[in-house]
Amino acid sequence: MTQSHPDAPSSSTSVSKTRTLSVLVENSPGVLARISSLFSRRGYNIDSLAVGPTENPNFSRMTIVINVEDHALEQVIAQLDKLINVISITELDPVVSVQRELLLVKVSTDEKTRSQVLETVQLFRAKVVDVAQDAVTIEATGNTEKISALLRVLEPYGILELVQSGLVAMSRGLKPGSISEDKK
Amino acid sequence: MSESTKMTGASALVKALEASGVDVMFGIPGGAILPAYDPIFDSKIRHILVRHEQGAGHAATGYAQATGRVGVCMATSGPGATNLVTPLADAQMDSVPIVAITGQVASGAIGTDAFQEADIRGITMPVTKHSFLVTDPADIARSIAEAFHIASTGRPGAVLVDIAKDALQMQTEFNYPKSINLGGYHPRMDATPESIRDAAALIAQSKAPVLYVGGGAIKADAHKELLKLAELTGAPVVTTLMARGAFPDSHPQHLGMPGMHGTVAAVTALQKADLLITLGARFDDRVTGKLSTFAQNAKIIHADIDPAEIGKNRRADVALIGDLRLTIDALIPAIKNEFKKSQPDISAWVKQAYSWRSRFPLGYDHPTDGSVSPQYVIERIGKLSGPDAIYVAGVGQHQMWASQFVSYEKPRTWLNSGGLGTMGYAVPAAMGAKVGAPDTTVWAIDGDGCFQMTNQELVTCALNNIPIKVAVINNESLGMVRQWQTLFYNERYSNTQLHSKRIPDFAKLADAMGCVGLTCDSTDDVDKTIAKAMEINDRPVVVDFSVHKDAMVWPMVAAGTSNDEIVNARSLAPIWDSQEL
Repeated sequence: MTQSHPDAPSSSTSVSKTRTLSVLVENSPGVLARISSLFSRRGYNIDSLAVGPTENPNFSRMTIVINVEDHALEQVIAQLDKLINVISITELDPVVSVQRELLLVKVSTDEKTRSQVLETVQLFRAKVVDVAQDAVTIEATGNTEKISALLRVLEPYGILELVQSGLVAMSRGLKPGSISEDKK
Repeated sequence: MSESTKMTGASALVKALEASGVDVMFGIPGGAILPAYDPIFDSKIRHILVRHEQGAGHAATGYAQATGRVGVCMATSGPGATNLVTPLADAQMDSVPIVAITGQVASGAIGTDAFQEADIRGITMPVTKHSFLVTDPADIARSIAEAFHIASTGRPGAVLVDIAKDALQMQTEFNYPKSINLGGYHPRMDATPESIRDAAALIAQSKAPVLYVGGGAIKADAHKELLKLAELTGAPVVTTLMARGAFPDSHPQHLGMPGMHGTVAAVTALQKADLLITLGARFDDRVTGKLSTFAQNAKIIHADIDPAEIGKNRRADVALIGDLRLTIDALIPAIKNEFKKSQPDISAWVKQAYSWRSRFPLGYDHPTDGSVSPQYVIERIGKLSGPDAIYVAGVGQHQMWASQFVSYEKPRTWLNSGGLGTMGYAVPAAMGAKVGAPDTTVWAIDGDGCFQMTNQELVTCALNNIPIKVAVINNESLGMVRQWQTLFYNERYSNTQLHSKRIPDFAKLADAMGCVGLTCDSTDDVDKTIAKAMEINDRPVVVDFSVHKDAMVWPMVAAGTSNDEIVNARSLAPIWDSQEL
């Protein structure tokens, strides 16, 4: 939840939802610190943040997932836009964008359960990347819903360890998001 | 490039400062910044050696606020740099354009906890508009040019340039950019024509408008346009603490300052308005009181150059994003156009607002024990020095009284720390203002608490021919805190008694620092003492005005309460006519 102003008039009328922001930034030292400092100072909680290079080495792209109200989202975008190193910000609509996260999960297995787990892996089009005597390690990519569903199915077998990347996302089709477009 | 164009990074820095139009800077050398001080020795830039880096920062701010130009300060790494944190945060909060240059340990030593190392770029990220760390000498000139561009354009602010010592020492070519193109920084100058039309339409429908004017009006040099707009609409005007002087106090449409210690008329007009024409103001909590009860029936036009201010605290019906001077320039013909179709009759509203002003004027009592009223001292300083002088306040009761009881007629004649509320601001900021406006009388109106935080800069003033005048409003306490203890803590005066009528002797202290020290402890002597201070122009003057310690700032809206709860004296709410309630 964001901490918008406690008295802010619109806060009671708006609902929070999960939003995905694609933020193009200059690839220079301190940019990540600047963005995380802004979120922490203004009281916006980040659900996930992924950052990596783009097709142009001068820029990096961050995918930031936050859960905020409409009013607060406008503030987040406006405040981010004030940072000198931020080139552009696009909100990605889940309907017209591809959103993926990566999951590595180690599941406890024995002779009885291993085949069931492997069947689940196939159903979810995931991959087994390591097999040990009493555990398998599974790699899966997908949107948040798919990853959650997979985890729900695997949970009864015993999850020994899991690690997830932040969400990365890109708009579908040609138009927005390319650096030349953003730089206008 | 030929060999002859090579120079040290330090020379490139000084040359870049010259190219950026710097004529004066405030600072203190030290290890990491030392290479820069060698070419400064030969530069035409006047470097004023202060006694504490905080003084350098506030002096840069005072200079910038008085002149509208970028203020510059310089310090070494580590403690020199961290001493600049307060003035950087102060300038950023009040949107004052300053550039701070700090030395950093050599690039190879960064991250090793080297002697006098502090990550000042990281430390200042949340309190600056932008901050640079330069480790390559080839980047110095460009970074300086960008820093000045960022500080002075859009919503002005504080910028830090931290330069590694080895970058200052190495040879480089001087590359000052002819134009600046920052991919992620394009301040919007012109409000959209649609938004101008929508704003004009709202103004033409309003029966009870108020011009809510903030510090942006001064930053944008929009006072002439503001006057035209005010007279065109006939709407009452309020000027926030940061906007005092943007609109003449003597103007018949002026209701004074809104907010926690604003006039009853200004506070009430905002509360009862049907339209706030917000010009470079930011709905600060000290103005709105409890936000959910602020101006509940008003539509909001919000003009600001910073898009992030729109809707931050209060939703805007029409946002005018752009330079305020250009915005008002565009708004005036649009309003005239609307008024041709229909001009609303706001005369009943205006009459009512003016009646609040005449019924609930600012005022104060003279203490019955014969001691001097602090408000009287401040009022007389304003009267005797006139509207051409610059008044610089610290933070606290004296600041509020200086805002209330000095009449401001011109922009850039009232300097104070509004957003951060930095005690100790006045003396160094007055020093900076006087350097920027050497032919203008500059009064620091300071409290005895504030004065003891930064008065060492009087030595700087005395040695550098910066003859400021300081009025210490000495109530021997941290007066505003004491006022809250009186009102909200059952008169339990925990740690607010400073004993400053006993220790220190401010006149002797002033004398020891090369200034003239004067004292005044009777109402009859106030004018004489001010006149004496006004005659001294070859040295700084400090006047210790011993005043009544129980005086309080009124009116007051207690923190966190609604502006409807304004009281114009202790336990004395304004008495409204029945139809006003």
